[in-house]
Amino acid sequence: MTASQAQFDWPYPIKWGEEQRVDTDVLVLGGGIAGCWAAIAVARNKGTAVTLVEKARTIRSGAGGSGCDHWEHAVTNPCCPLTPEEITQAQIDSNDGYNNGISHYIEAKEGYDRLLDLEKMGGKIRDTEDEFEGAEFRDEKTKLLFAYDYVNRYTIRTWGTTFKPALHAECRRLNVGILDRTMVTALLTEDGKQGGRVVGAVGFHVHTGRFVVIRAKASILCTSRPSRLWLFTPDLAGISEFRPMQACGDGHAISWRVGAEFTMLEKAVRAEWSGARSFPPYGTGNTHNTWYPCNMVDATGRELPWVDRDGNTLETTADRCRPAPGQKFFLKGGGETWFQKYEFLGPDLPPTEELIRMGYKLPFYADLSSLPEMERKAIWGLMIGEESKTKIPIKRMYEDAGFDPSKDQLRSYGDSWWSAKFKPSERQFFGLPGGLVNNWELRTNLEGLYAAGDTLFASDCHGHAAATGYYAGRHAARYAMSAQEPMIDENQVQRERKSTYAPAKREKGIAWKDLNVSITKIMQEYCGAVKSDELLTQGLNVLQDLREGEGASVFARNPHELMRSLEVLNILTNAEIVIHSSLVRKASCKQLHFMRSDSTEMDPPEWHKFMVVSRNGHGVRLRELPIDYYAPMGENYEKHNQDYIRENSI
Amino acid sequence: MTDKALAVGDTDVFIPVSINEETCIGCNLCVMVCQPDVFVPSIDPGGVPVVLYPSECWYVGDCVDVCPVPDCIALHVMDKNKVIWKRKESGEEFQLS
Ligand SMILES: Cc1cc2nc3c(=O)[nH]c(=O)nc-3n(C[C@H](O)[C@H](O)[C@H](O)COP(=O)(O)OP(=O)(O)OC[C@H]3O[C@@H](n4cnc5c(N)ncnc54)[C@H](O)[C@@H]3O)c2cc1C
Ligand code: SF4
Ligand code: SF4
Repeated sequence: MTASQAQFDWPYPIKWGEEQRVDTDVLVLGGGIAGCWAAIAVARNKGTAVTLVEKARTIRSGAGGSGCDHWEHAVTNPCCPLTPEEITQAQIDSNDGYNNGISHYIEAKEGYDRLLDLEKMGGKIRDTEDEFEGAEFRDEKTKLLFAYDYVNRYTIRTWGTTFKPALHAECRRLNVGILDRTMVTALLTEDGKQGGRVVGAVGFHVHTGRFVVIRAKASILCTSRPSRLWLFTPDLAGISEFRPMQACGDGHAISWRVGAEFTMLEKAVRAEWSGARSFPPYGTGNTHNTWYPCNMVDATGRELPWVDRDGNTLETTADRCRPAPGQKFFLKGGGETWFQKYEFLGPDLPPTEELIRMGYKLPFYADLSSLPEMERKAIWGLMIGEESKTKIPIKRMYEDAGFDPSKDQLRSYGDSWWSAKFKPSERQFFGLPGGLVNNWELRTNLEGLYAAGDTLFASDCHGHAAATGYYAGRHAARYAMSAQEPMIDENQVQRERKSTYAPAKREKGIAWKDLNVSITKIMQEYCGAVKSDELLTQGLNVLQDLREGEGASVFARNPHELMRSLEVLNILTNAEIVIHSSLVRKASCKQLHFMRSDSTEMDPPEWHKFMVVSRNGHGVRLRELPIDYYAPMGENYEKHNQDYIRENSI
Repeated sequence: MTDKALAVGDTDVFIPVSINEETCIGCNLCVMVCQPDVFVPSIDPGGVPVVLYPSECWYVGDCVDVCPVPDCIALHVMDKNKVIWKRKESGEEFQLS
């Protein structure tokens, strides 16, 4: 039987109600990029036990599980003339301050250390076979390959399909206790109280249904960011959004319930990618990211002009990889939408409308064949191949169907990589969305709870997840060494056990997909492109009705469906957090893509701050943080990381 | 809640992966590696896995990559997602098949 339409007894042994108890020092929730690095850091701290819980299989789980073709902001590599301060400040400034100065400083300061670490574990990070000898983007001494800005050389092209298996093997070598196919469903707190010290978590096995209770001195949340709030296509559920559906923001919902603080969740951009409408990511002609700095031609074969930030035409491919006259460095180009400040603006094509006005004919194509050979090989072969989701669905399948990058021009669909147009009300967490608030130890406001990777506010990228994961692991391990024995509240365990199993106890009801569709409809209507207090308040009420109605009747016939049902209930909670976050920001803000119809002012100075929300009983607590609450970066980093600085200077 | 559980597959959706029943050795490596758990193993030991939740596929191809038997498991693209390319010299058009 290879098709679906099947109905039969569940093939895994069923262990509903059985309970497994685990005791550990540090618990890592989510075994993606940040989670694996966090576990490795803890395990390297002699005598500290670590358990990692992963909903899928650690060997390939998470957004970066199947690859990574470029490692960003590795400024401490020997070929980069920039400093961590410079690159972090640029990212902060280009977002008008709405960025995570702590996590991006850690990324810039330690990201390259992790890359070297990864190489020791078997990850491939340099051109050891000399395939690219003589290329402008290659450093002949270190054999590192760079992307985008070849003068400043802070982004490294990598063979990322090797990374996750190497991390998984290292976790096993270091005796990390791995609980795969286990979904965390709740955090446990001291005395079961909201706001109390986090002392572990509960979850269940998504094949057998067995319940698991884990007691830990410290926990690190590495479950990535929310998704499926505005976009969900039932028939193509797995590609409703860009990232894998396992990572849909469970960690946000479960930490919200125990009182963790969030910021910037009012920021959601107009959707950029969804499988229902877009074409396979990285599989269409464009100039963005993996495809930078590709040649593009129009329907008649005429080459589209690349221009610098001042509109000057760039004649050669190499010109697209240099800063403009008078510019020190640029933060990506080629359709990059997140860093649009003139100071950091990279080379690009003019907008499509302008190209049409200039007489260029649709459709456009990416012309790899007219690129210098090394550039072509770097895009098609290295990056298309090593990027997560390109090795099989793009490189192998296109080549099997006869595509030859040295002869063929690949169609471009719509503008740039997103290859579809979305309605303004269809939002998505892309770029640097909101998330958990952190201090310089990557601890949340709750004692015992740390966070890393894309769970953090204003986070993104593989190197960022690796660096912050390792950093959070170090600090959590240090805390665990002197922390008191954690006490689990058995009443809380029983409460959480009941709500975890609730959908499986129902024999019939609403299917998880229907509930997800309802949430996206509500979010598009009440929390879309333009907000107002009245709309948002109505939205909260409608979500509450949904929770008490359809939400209370969602049902599961096996542990897999239970996983999906609990995910959607978490998505419902995340929708509520987003609305609460939107309600407390009373003025429109361009950088946050946040528009209000009941406030005419855009970016009034008194609103230039982080609005921090957390759950308080059944209400919401609000706190404000200055926009530079983490400053000064260098000084604070040094204050909190003397051990690491000492070890690395030896 | 009983000790029973029922596997009910997606109906009437595009099937993104197919397994060659003749060559599959039933090693379940594809089942193991798949993030969203699109497959379940066969109830018969060594049998061919079942594509139970095709709508949840992420189209990443890890299952194809891990399979030890050449061309045993294939990933498919929906018609609407089949991109076009043009041979530069002849102008001939091709579509992903
Ligand atoms: C197709 C694609 C290509 C990309 N390419 C690049 C690139 O080339 N360079 C780059 O810098 N970045 C890239 N990124 C982004 C990068 O992969 C992510 O930023 C990074 O993986 C984030 O790491 P993370 O650990 O925070 O999340 P993830 O790696 O996604 O890991 C989160 C993990 O948490 C698990 N989880 C979630 N909920 C639970 C739960 N309740 N219980 C247990 N486990 C749970 C998930 O299963 C998952 O394994 C890409 C992303 C995608 C999708
Ligand atoms: S392509 Fe990926 S998500 Fe789809 S079945 Fe294969 S491994 Fe699973
Ligand atoms: S990995 Fe290949 S051989 Fe093994 S069960 Fe899957 S399809 Fe069959």
